Amino acid sequence: MKKYPISIRPFGVHAVLIEWPEKVEDAILNDILDFKGHLRQNCLKEGNWEFVPAYNSLTLVLRYDKIDFDTFKEQLENWYAEKKDTVVLQNHLWRFPVCYDNAFGIDLKEVAATLNISVTALIKKHTKNIYTVYGIGFLPGFMYLGGLPKELEVPRRTAPRLKVPKGAVGLAGKQTGIYPQESPGGWNILGNCSVPIFDPKKEVPCLVKVGDKVQFYSISKAEYDLHKIEVEVGIYQIEKIKIDA
Amino acid sequence: MKKLKLMLKVLKSGFYTTIQDIGRFGFRDKGVPVSGIMDIETVYKLNALLENEEDAAVLEITMTGPTLDFEEDTFITLGGAEFLITLNNEPVDSYEVLKIKSGDILSYGRLKKGFRAYLAIKDGLKSQIFLGSRSYYPYINPKGIIKDRATIPYTKTSLFKPKLPELKVDNPLDEYVLAVGKGPEFTMLSDKQLEQLFFKEFTVANENNRMAYQLNEEISGHKVSMLTSATLPGTVQFTPSGKLIILMKDGQTTGGYPRILQLTDKAISILAQKKAGDTVLFRLI
Repeated sequence: MKKYPISIRPFGVHAVLIEWPEKVEDAILNDILDFKGHLRQNCLKEGNWEFVPAYNSLTLVLRYDKIDFDTFKEQLENWYAEKKDTVVLQNHLWRFPVCYDNAFGIDLKEVAATLNISVTALIKKHTKNIYTVYGIGFLPGFMYLGGLPKELEVPRRTAPRLKVPKGAVGLAGKQTGIYPQESPGGWNILGNCSVPIFDPKKEVPCLVKVGDKVQFYSISKAEYDLHKIEVEVGIYQIEKIKIDA
Repeated sequence: MKKLKLMLKVLKSGFYTTIQDIGRFGFRDKGVPVSGIMDIETVYKLNALLENEEDAAVLEITMTGPTLDFEEDTFITLGGAEFLITLNNEPVDSYEVLKIKSGDILSYGRLKKGFRAYLAIKDGLKSQIFLGSRSYYPYINPKGIIKDRATIPYTKTSLFKPKLPELKVDNPLDEYVLAVGKGPEFTMLSDKQLEQLFFKEFTVANENNRMAYQLNEEISGHKVSMLTSATLPGTVQFTPSGKLIILMKDGQTTGGYPRILQLTDKAISILAQKKAGDTVLFRLI
């Protein structure tokens, strides 16, 4: 794998920020995740380290101790130089069921009109594309998805809504995504995902991780209602496909 | 296994009383904030007096305090913001181990100074753990916010001889200087912006809570745009219009604004005791 010029900077006394060139690219993200894997498996094995990858950066946070920045920076540079793609990235493609019924897709017609396409064509384009998870943040389980086709770019709503329901699937600017909880939001709402993205009662509360891929598929209102029941009784399994990095 | 049925009964909850511990770690990459005690410097002392583990859960009391009924014997310590506090109608002191007997009533009166008070209890509150922590956070542990008539479990302790029964505390509530390190985007600041940042005081805006403290005064704005990247409690975000937002314990784990400063742990504790209109000053370490 290609080596990138990386910059290492202090971020308070408990954290360090490593930045790659400022681009949204799968190759850069994969190098970040590969380095993260190398650090976790071979260099910073203790549980007190946390790793937060997002787009072109990796932040390392140490829970209790202070970091001696100069020494640590040198170590990180050496570790990056010695890294040999030995880590196998275990990425998945997640397929999320979305009901694009008018009951949920309150902005479908308006977005279709703005893009000058039919609602059917809009849903087709939105479900055809495969998105990359470039970061998880803002809210627990909120995925920053990259890879939206240019022809689906619409501005965010001029006035944000005070309440966007949990599971709402939105579109704004270069982004699309799912609201994991009810929250205020300014994205155009196309539909609702029938399965939870984040469950605080589970040991692993969010199955998706940075670097995974996401695709949506359209379901009917009846299927949506069925999924809700299956989730309720704990028998629903999200569709995931293992992919080779 | 011993069954926990001894309860702290909440007769009156106060304005915003929550259960907090040292925080929720290991889930930042899933977007889960660290949460936990805002003024950790105070709680280290309160838990130390009780010889508790560091992660013992406490009550965080904001602006107006609760009235509490203890069902069983225990020991408690109080500290942080100064309130008029009474135990069975007798005033009690902070930073002192207090013996509690079954049926005792602890009552918070008027807030005198600071913003967040803490009540620590021998062996900690034993509420439910979510993702490794008892700390309140809306989407993860909605029951961590205390309502009237709530009950919170704790373990009975009748005998305890504290090694140190009380502590003299130099009151940190008067401190207003926030020690800060350079944030990752510090180098973007011009001489003019640096002067605005470090040579004048800022006042805390009405928009202040466990997620973030906004400041009223703005500095000269900028046009820097960056890709979303990690944020931490104590990160000072700098919006294009020149507004400063200091993320706190429930703050989001990622953000898209330049991170120009990073508060020390102690500075976060100092800021946690400030309310709207209070003054702060940044000092670079």
